[in-house]
Amino acid sequence: MRERTGNPQSSRWTQGNAIRGTGKSFTVCYDRRMPADTASTPLLAMESGTEGMTLAPRGDWRLDHAAAIASALAETDRIASGTARVAVDFSGLSAIDLPGAWLLHQRLDALQSRGVAVAMADPVPEPFAFIDEIIRGSPAEVPREGAPLPLVSRTVALIGRESVEQLHDARDALGYFGRIVHTGGQSLSSLKRLRLPAIVRQVYETGIQAVPIVSLIAFLISVIVAYLGADQLRQFGADIYTVDLVAVAVLRELGVLLTAIIVAGRSGSAFAAEIGVMKLNDEVDALKSIGVNPFEVLVLPRLIGLVIAMPLLTIIADMMGLAGGAILTSLLLDIPFAQFLQRMQEILAPTTFWAGLVKAPVFAVLIAMVGTYRGMQVRDSSRELGRLTTVAVVQSIFLVILADAIFAVVFVEIDF
Amino acid sequence: MATEPLISVRNLVNRFGRQVVHDGLDLDVMPGEVLGIVGGSGSGKSVLVHTMLGLRRPTSGEVLFEGREISQMGENELRAVKRRYGVTFQHGALFSSLTVAANVQMPLREYLDLPNEVLDQIAMLRIRMVGLPPDAAGKLPSQLSGGMIKRAALARALALDPTLLFLDEPTAGLDPISAAAFDELVNYLRRSLKLTVVMVTHDLDTIYATCDRVAVLVDRKIVVDTLPGIVQNPHPWIREYFHGPRARAAQVTARQES
Repeated sequence: MRERTGNPQSSRWTQGNAIRGTGKSFTVCYDRRMPADTASTPLLAMESGTEGMTLAPRGDWRLDHAAAIASALAETDRIASGTARVAVDFSGLSAIDLPGAWLLHQRLDALQSRGVAVAMADPVPEPFAFIDEIIRGSPAEVPREGAPLPLVSRTVALIGRESVEQLHDARDALGYFGRIVHTGGQSLSSLKRLRLPAIVRQVYETGIQAVPIVSLIAFLISVIVAYLGADQLRQFGADIYTVDLVAVAVLRELGVLLTAIIVAGRSGSAFAAEIGVMKLNDEVDALKSIGVNPFEVLVLPRLIGLVIAMPLLTIIADMMGLAGGAILTSLLLDIPFAQFLQRMQEILAPTTFWAGLVKAPVFAVLIAMVGTYRGMQVRDSSRELGRLTTVAVVQSIFLVILADAIFAVVFVEIDF
Repeated sequence: MATEPLISVRNLVNRFGRQVVHDGLDLDVMPGEVLGIVGGSGSGKSVLVHTMLGLRRPTSGEVLFEGREISQMGENELRAVKRRYGVTFQHGALFSSLTVAANVQMPLREYLDLPNEVLDQIAMLRIRMVGLPPDAAGKLPSQLSGGMIKRAALARALALDPTLLFLDEPTAGLDPISAAAFDELVNYLRRSLKLTVVMVTHDLDTIYATCDRVAVLVDRKIVVDTLPGIVQNPHPWIREYFHGPRARAAQVTARQES
């Protein structure tokens, strides 16, 4: 933005000055971003005379030049506070459309509210008549109320609001769990209400379809554990303990935990997204209106399906993990497969396998509950859907790990 | 007619597999007119509009915008043409994660490099000119009623001062009072902004209230005539459409108004 004040003789603005006579202060502004055809003429000329200011919009005031128009109009801030009257002269205007007229109109409005009398010289361009109609037709803008709070109060308010929200969230989650238990109790009373086909489909989608990825990841992770263990234990000549390490780690922790994390990513997100889209399409309300309990058809089959599928997946993950360990120890430590099996039988307590497996249904309940709960919370917009799907995955993985930690402590205490 | 058509469709053929939707169809849209497109379900109204918008490539035939074929245009030229279109979709198609103001600003941001306060001011102009209350600006589409969604969609379509406005079922799903208000709004905007409007609609009241000419899609062809002309058309479907039990009431109302 460049501007010039006074000195009318110096350049191409002398023309305007000649029309208006001499001895007036003279401000011209233009914006460099203007397209070439308008760059030579300023969009707004301001002159102050004895009877007040004259604003003369010039050139092309159409939407394409809105940025230049706005910055030219910003110059009117410099109109002295003592100015009582502003006249608008449209004679220099080559074209104006509705947005251009609107920007000028808003600015004149602001001047008027400062107590300046604004007069538009005839002929007033057509869009202004339309703007008058718009303003007559619609209620006035309500100014935003209140100044922003100081930082400290805002922080306190934020913490308070978040805490209350967390409390509500926890209460809602508890209520949700209660409804699931209640609906589950009702459904178990009759086979029809248990929705067996839906459960089978869920077992297929969350279980059978997840077998390849769960197997692969369990295999690779146990290879990594065995490799690290072998590397360390060989230094003490305790190679054989690699078998202990792999077997206990896979059966107690890794198998079930990895399965849970993969299932949370695969199925937890799917639950939230499926139910979320149904919420957005009012399908959940449609179910209710038919008299079908959405918990019974949407939530319970997913929960029961996952409770069935997770332990099975865990068993597969255990097997693949042990296979990975066996292959690596036989390749790296020359422990043949038969010896691997024998060693495993010696060291494993009968409860080791169950200590892992018993966690699977618990994790399944957590994942299914968080996924469906977040899905049910979706309303209004597609962004909510994405946000809550993310929340579902992150939260279910967090809860799974938290539950696993609790299990670890409890199992040690009861010597399981 | 002396003036050049704004859009002309020449010998358009649209086929989906074996199903022929349009078979050698011609249509001219004249500047400044309101053209209503009607037709039975599945007669290809939406396909026709999508083809005219360049969203769909026709099986054969051409679409000319001010005499230039749109399928022959380069990317920049097509963008310049699209800038002059405003489109509303049947269900509004407002971006659900954006406020009404942000929805209206979307095309402005895409085509013009404007500072935020100018965007806000122009969005407010659009919102007010379609008759929405100013406080609608900060609302999300899910917080609006059906009629307000249609108006907000119109505000977005008008954002760039289009030459040509496509309205897909603008009054579908509105109560008769809101629908009548919408008709009035279209008439009013057309008068003041000299818009050309192409409107797909089933609403006979809307046709009587706003349209200069009506294009009826029947038998994979199109019949275009002025409103009084089309009403007299002997084709059985068109007769049924304009003289069926629902049509009579609309005619009576239209006559009383005029």
